[in-house]
Amino acid sequence: MPTTPSKTAAEATPPLSKWAPAVLLGWLIPGGGHFLLKRTGRGTLLLVTVLSMFLLGLMMRGAMFQPQTGDILTTIIYCGGFLGDLASGLLYLLATWLGYAQVDVAGHVHDYGTKFLVAAGLINILAMVDAYEIATGKKD
Amino acid sequence: MPKMNLSHFEAALLFALFSSVVLGVITKRTDAERLRYGVRCFIYFMGALIGLGWLMHFGHG
Repeated sequence: MPTTPSKTAAEATPPLSKWAPAVLLGWLIPGGGHFLLKRTGRGTLLLVTVLSMFLLGLMMRGAMFQPQTGDILTTIIYCGGFLGDLASGLLYLLATWLGYAQVDVAGHVHDYGTKFLVAAGLINILAMVDAYEIATGKKD
Repeated sequence: MPKMNLSHFEAALLFALFSSVVLGVITKRTDAERLRYGVRCFIYFMGALIGLGWLMHFGHG
């Protein structure tokens, strides 16, 4: 029996209530989605990793990106960097509100710090995707 | 907030370590596979780091 396009789309997209809490909590607290889904070991590893990278980035006086537009390269770097920073969730929000966001200064340690801050967010995105796959049953 | 000064090598080593842990945790299904994949990723990161380091060393003359 052939499936209608609307039925196929409904099957392909799991209900929001199934995965949104895990993904949102995973964004706010790294590894939080895994904790919610009772994957404590993996959640702990993700939390420790993202938290360590973020704190190392702050201690290396890395800069937080602010969205800027201009030529295409500037837009990609600054908007992408901002999204990467923002993906750390509560860590980013707290660091910004408490005044730990640094201005961009020259030096290899600061550069590494900036990359650590962005990488912490990117790693958290991977963790959120993992939480989504677990919540929708695509992964154990 | 204490200030931290790391060398290029130390910073890249930590980056490789953290990235490998996460890649291992999220991509594989069993703990043994995760450990193997994480270690393999770490070795690849370090290999690329040392290889590119030498490449830049010779490139600069």
